[in-house]
Order: sequence, then structure tokens, then C-alpha cells
Amino acid sequence: MAEHVIKLPDVGEGVAEAELVEWHVKVGDPVQEDTVLAAVMTDKATVEIPSPVEGEVKWLGAEVGEIVAVGSPIVRIEIAGDTSPSDEDPMDDGEGEAPIAEGMASEGEDLPPPPAEPSPRPDKKAERRETPPAPKPAASSARPVPSGAPRPRGEKPLASPAVRLRAKEAGVDLRQVPGSGPAGRINHDDLDAFIARGPQAAIPSGLQRKDGVEEVRIVGLRRRIAEKMALAKSRIPHITYVEEIDVTALEELRARLNADGKADRPRLTILPFLMRAIVRAVAEQPALNATFDDEAGVVHRHAPVHIGIAAQTPAGLMVPVVRHAEARDLFDCASEAARLADAARDGSATREDLTGSTITITSLGAMGGVVTTPVINHPEVAIVGVNKIMMRPVWDGAQFVPRKMMNLSSSFDHRVIDGWDAAVFVQRLKTLMETPALIFVET
Amino acid sequence: MAGRPEGGEEQHSPTQRTDAMKDISCKLLVIGAGPGGYVCAIRAGQLGVDTVIVDFQKPGGTCLNVGCIPSKALIHAADEFLKVREMAGGSDPLGISLASPAIDLPKTIAWKDRIVGRLNTGVAGLLKKAGVKSVTGHARFRDGKTVEVETETGIQVIRAEAIVIATGSAPVELPSLPFGGPVISSTGALSLSEVPATLAVIGGGYIGLELGIAYAKLGAKVTVVEAQDRILPLYDADLTRPVVKRLQALGVEVLTGAKAKGLSKSKDALLVETANGEEAKIAAEKVLVTVGRRPVVEGWGLKEIDLDRDGRFIRIDEQCRTSMRGVYAIGDVTGEPMLAHRAMAQGEMVAEIVAGQRRSWDKRCVPAVCFTDPEIVSAGLTPDEARQGGREVRVGQFPFSANGRAMTLQAEDGFVRIVARADNHLVLGIQAVGAGVSELSAAFSLAIEMGARLEDVAGTIHAHPTQSEGLQEAALKALGHALHI
Repeated sequence: MAEHVIKLPDVGEGVAEAELVEWHVKVGDPVQEDTVLAAVMTDKATVEIPSPVEGEVKWLGAEVGEIVAVGSPIVRIEIAGDTSPSDEDPMDDGEGEAPIAEGMASEGEDLPPPPAEPSPRPDKKAERRETPPAPKPAASSARPVPSGAPRPRGEKPLASPAVRLRAKEAGVDLRQVPGSGPAGRINHDDLDAFIARGPQAAIPSGLQRKDGVEEVRIVGLRRRIAEKMALAKSRIPHITYVEEIDVTALEELRARLNADGKADRPRLTILPFLMRAIVRAVAEQPALNATFDDEAGVVHRHAPVHIGIAAQTPAGLMVPVVRHAEARDLFDCASEAARLADAARDGSATREDLTGSTITITSLGAMGGVVTTPVINHPEVAIVGVNKIMMRPVWDGAQFVPRKMMNLSSSFDHRVIDGWDAAVFVQRLKTLMETPALIFVET
Repeated sequence: MAGRPEGGEEQHSPTQRTDAMKDISCKLLVIGAGPGGYVCAIRAGQLGVDTVIVDFQKPGGTCLNVGCIPSKALIHAADEFLKVREMAGGSDPLGISLASPAIDLPKTIAWKDRIVGRLNTGVAGLLKKAGVKSVTGHARFRDGKTVEVETETGIQVIRAEAIVIATGSAPVELPSLPFGGPVISSTGALSLSEVPATLAVIGGGYIGLELGIAYAKLGAKVTVVEAQDRILPLYDADLTRPVVKRLQALGVEVLTGAKAKGLSKSKDALLVETANGEEAKIAAEKVLVTVGRRPVVEGWGLKEIDLDRDGRFIRIDEQCRTSMRGVYAIGDVTGEPMLAHRAMAQGEMVAEIVAGQRRSWDKRCVPAVCFTDPEIVSAGLTPDEARQGGREVRVGQFPFSANGRAMTLQAEDGFVRIVARADNHLVLGIQAVGAGVSELSAAFSLAIEMGARLEDVAGTIHAHPTQSEGLQEAALKALGHALHI
């Protein structure tokens, strides 16, 4: 039988393995050329694996969450239109077309003359149809569940006496169970699924006690985030320092630049200003633009300023990196940050886009709150958190005046950064941002 | 269905022990060995519950002793007799001829009694096999956990953790026509020594019509007096029409909208006020009163335990629990429909509850069968009932006149009718009228209980040639593509 085996391709420089994060197909699915089969993830880049051939999926080589080595077979596809057996090793990644001809030739005598005749190994095919892959016990929780109220209020649940008896014995109120059968009939499978899932699909109206726990497997990016956060918080004693910044002048400048903006210039947010301010500040305090290899006991102070920008994506938190911010002007920083944010969101960010930062900025924009306690992007030693800008009354010595105020919540690795140094750094940022001209003055 | 003898509501006051009998303690005591009570006791025994059952008569209750079973025996005898009488008439289309037949009613009754006797013995054997102790006598509550039974040998005290009241029902008596003399109840009608020349039946419900038709076939001149404007008022007119037609063919006179006033002075006729207010005198050697049944709530100490009532009946919840903890009630004493199979299902359920299992009443339908000629079956909702509340329904009806098997049985009257929801085709009810349709009731209730849709019934192969094809055709008709009509 002609099969095409798809192996995990080399998905990134120096990557030896990747985590399978999603299957887009299942066994038995027909696929076209370029149908996306799966998504795998390396570091923070997710790569989709397309099908090079047309056919039917026969075998999947990994489960979601599994780490797969580059070069291992992950999918076998029976090539469309060909049903003849082949002596070739199914693992052999041969050309799709060749086995068809070979197979036809070698088995020609046994084959009924017209190729339109169904498979010469019908028993195998039938077997596959009759015995769908047995669902694992856990699979029942992933079963699609009819949403909403199982049936209109007051309507009796529809179920055979045997189902009703089992429900009674299991203590299940069938009024709460959605039925997938005709006319909403509750069958044994529905009851099994309900029991496995717990009674969470209760009628939404009215107050009802809920029991049961939903298990969500932490895989892919979420698992990486979890590991990274746990590492950062368990290894690094954080000190968080919050200072308020008067960004009235900065906002005026920003608005002015955006208003005068030429077509080829990116729209400015507060981030490129902060990036440039950080470049200025770390020039005076190189200890802040560093990574700490605590196992070796070495702090690496970096000459380039590669600024990570924490970004929310549909998949979760990602930190694309603006490389060499020290060599980029305001607009260059802005356009590179915008490009990376888009790339992170649409999944096209490369591994290079997502690694190598030396200091990180985190911002939730309008959701930024008043204060945050940012978690350092290990193994860096500093992270600067941007809170939201608020118009606040400020006493100028004679009266209250409305000023645009913004807090910076910044965390530092207290093992290598003293509170004093942290405060000096943030005060330097404050000075630069409150008098934005200083950011641009050559010294 | 295992109540006191009808009219026998004499009060017992067994406060003094005439004999020193040892008290019995058990987990479950069932009062009444009718179909509800004996099924409850057998099931409890199967589940290892220490069970005692009490009745004053042989096990089987009204159903077995003076109801379902003996009446069906008599109806069968009457059918057979009518057949040969018609053949003896000389114009039998089947070409059978024979000499003028006769019936020896005492022999018929003796045959019926043997059937009843065999079943009595059978039920007693089943109880014994299940390890249930039977006590014969009238039971009376002392309190919610203690019952005194007046046995032949003295007062037996039984203490039980749970008690099931299954005392059944008894025929309703008319004040103007108390039972006795020519006035008989259904029980009396099952034990007549000869076929009366004239019989007046008061009450055109299923009991009166079943027995009235049987006696008409046995040769009596039967008149049915019904106060409402039609017979079998609980069934819709479409279902009863073939029965009305058959009554006419059998020469049974039906007076609707008429009231029975009493016996004539000579006690050989019934005085009736007809629909237009006239007095009429109907010759009646016997007057059969079948105006309904009432729950047996006297004579066993209901006052002592003061249970909540639901009209005349004992109030129960969906687990057949009464207002007193540990006291259950099942069967006719708990309300309509007063049918043996409802009581049996309740009895089985209560036994399992007492044994510690989780159960509650969740039946979708209780089928009802009327053994008139032709028979009527109703399971689930009729079209009118289904339409209540504004629901859209689909109705499919298939006549037996288009059914080959019905033709070969000379039974072309009647039809099968199926009622389903218009939106999802869920079968809500199935009814039929026709010869022998009682045996179709299993398919009807199974379809409803399983939550079948019209497509399920239509897509099931029904054996040919049988009357049951009418069910499939009715479903096809409701779907708009009946094949044989």
C-alpha cells in the first residue's frame, strides 16, 4: 500500500526536537496537498506541518504535548486513489507516485481488472470502518457537548428505561443531561459523557450548585510559559519598585509627532520612547542590561541592548525581541516593535525574533492598571512594567493641575541588583521621560 | 386491588388478644396481596428484604380473583359461544354449519374458577419461593410501625420498618340501587349460575361494557344506561365508534344521558330517566352496577395513622411515599389510572426503594386496554391531549380494512393511530381499536417508553401478514407516505 510518511522537519536553527501542540487531522481524515496536518512548537515559534500529498491519514505518531525529535515520523498518509499493497517499508519516505506503479505491477495478477474495484484487501478496510479508534477514557471529557440548556424548561428528558435506571443509580438528574440522539434522546453515551464530565452543563437559569473539575492539559506555549514563570519566580528574588512619571510633556510630543507623521513613519506609542530611555539609562548602569548565569556565578553585561517586549497573543504570552535598540532611532524602534508584535500574534515570528533579549518591557496598555509586579524574564535581571496613563490632579506648589500620570512598576533580580541601584535606574527613566528632550540629546 | 370484600367495611376492634401469638418483626410489611402488593413482596424477597404480606383472601387481589382474569375468561367463553351460534345460524360465510349450540354457564364459571385457582396457587408459590411470609386475615394499623392482623387463630401483631398499603379498590355502590338481590356488582356478574334473559348495565365504562357485551353474546338482552352523552367517555369518539357499531349489531341497547332511578316495585325492571326527561322501565332480570371504583381507605386503620389524602385517594409522591415516614402506598388506593400493571410497576419500585436502591416513578406511559368488542388500546397521549398547550402534532391513522390479516380474521373494523410531535416526530401516543389489538399494546408502550420517533416505527420491519403492520403503516401515514392506503 502506497504510503507517504511525513517526518518532523527541521523547524529551526539548531532545534533537535519540538513539542507537538495540535493535530489538525485525525486518522481516517482525507487530506489535500497543503492541508495543515499538525502544529509543532520550538522555543516560542509554532510551525505548521502541511501535507505534501493528497490521501487519507492512516496513523498519527505522537500525542498532543509529546516532544518529538526532528526526523521522527509523525504522520502516515495513504496516497489517494491508490489502494494496492506495496512491499515497500511503510516507514520509507519514498516518492508518492512511485509506489503506485510498482504496487499495480507487482500485484497485477491478483487484482481484479478494473482499478475502480474496491480495495483488494477489503477486510482490512472494513475492519477499520467497523472499529473506530476506541476512545480512551479521558477522551470522553473532550467529547463535544451540546451547549445551553439540555431542553426547554419543564420538558421531560427523553431516555430509554435502561438509561433512566442507570442515571438513577448514578444519582444523575436526567433533566440536566443534554441528549445527542434524535429528538434530543439521551443515550448511554450521553450519560457516560455527563458522568465523566461532571454535572457542569446545568441549566443556566436559576442558581445551582455545581460540582466537578475540568482538566485542561497544559501544553505547548502555555507549558513553556508556566515553566519559565516558575523558574523565574523560584530562582530570582524579585524586588519591585514603583514610581510615578509625569508623561504630560511626553504625550504632547508623541501626539505632535503622530500628527505630523509622514506616511512612511510608524505611529508612535509610548513604548519606543521608553525603549530609547532604557538605552540611555543602561548606558550609565550596565549592570541592568545583563543576564545572570547563577549556576556559573557569572553576570553577563551585554553591550547590545536587545529589548524584549512582552506581548499578549491568542496563544498566550510571547516576548519578541527588538534587537540592537541602541542602534535604532525612535521610529525604527517603533516599526520593529510593531512588526514583531504582528508576527507574534499571527504566529509567523521566527525563533530568532523570540530569543536573546537582555532586558524586557511589559505593558498591558489601557489594561495596565495602577501597579503590577512584573516577573523577570529569566535570566535577565530587570523588567520594566508600564501601567496605564491617567489624568490626575497634581499639586504644582500653588494649585492642583491636571497632569497625565503613569506609573512604572519595575522588578529587579535582588541577588545582583541592590535596591539603591534599582531606584537610581528608575529615577533616571523618570527624568528622561518627564523631560523627553533629554532622551534625544547627544551627550 | 386487594381490599376488603366489597361492601364489607365492618370495623374490627381487635384490642384484646384472644390468643397469645408471638409478634412478628420484619423489614417490610405489605398490606394487600393484589398485583401491586404481591409484586412488591416478591421483588423485596428477591432483594433479600425480610418481608411479610397480609391479605384476607387468596393472593391476587381484585385482578386475579374478581377482575381482570375471570372477566377475560368469561369474555372468551362468550366469544366462542357467539361464534358457534352464528355458525349455527346457517349463513356462515366460512361455510361452517352445526346444530344449535347451548351453554352450561355453571360449567363455564367452574372453568373460570379453575383458572383463578391455578393462578392463586401460582402467586402463593412465587411468594414462598421469594421467601415472603404470608399471613391471612384483616390487617389494621395500630401505629405507623405496627399492624394487627385478625387471623383465624387470633390477633397477630406485626412490627415493620416499612409498610406498603396496597388495599386496592372496590366497586362503587349507588344509594338508589344497593348491591343485593337482582342488583349485582362486577364480582357478582362473574359468578352467575345462569345467563339472565335481560340484563341492565348501569355505567357505560369499560367494566360495564366488557361484561355487558359478554352477556349479550351469551344470549342476554342487554341495555346499557350511561349518564354521560356517550359510552366509554374516557376514550375519544373515533376510538369508541367501532364499539358502538358492534353493540348495535349485538342488539345491545344503549341509553346515553340517562339516569338510573331504582328498581321497579316488582324488582324485575329498572326505572330510568331518559335524556329527554321521560321515565322509562327497562326489563332487567339482573341489574349490573358498574359506575366506577373507589379506593379502599376504610377498615384498615387509616384514621389511626392519619395519612394525607388526595381527594378520595392516599396522597403519594414520586416514590410512592405517603405523608408518614416509612409508610408507602401503591395501586388503586393511590389514584387513577386504576390498573393492575400500574400497581405492579409501583410495587416493584417500592420494593427496590425499601432495599436501598435509588428509584423514582419515571414512566412515560401507562397503557390502558379495554376488552370490549372490538378491543381498544391507548398508550400515551391522544391527539387532543397532545395538542393541549398549543403543541403542533402529526397524526397518522391506518384502518384495518386495508390490512390483509384483519380481513382473514373477519376483523376489518378499527384502526391504529399514532400521534407525534410535529417538530421532531417524537411519538407521544398510540391508540388502536380492533379485534385482538390488546396484544399490540406491548409495541405501543415500548415505542413510547424508548422515545421512538415516527421514523423509528416506520423503519422497523413489521411481520406480514399481521395486524401489527397497521402500526408501521400509521407511522408511515403520519410521515406522509403510507404504502397500503
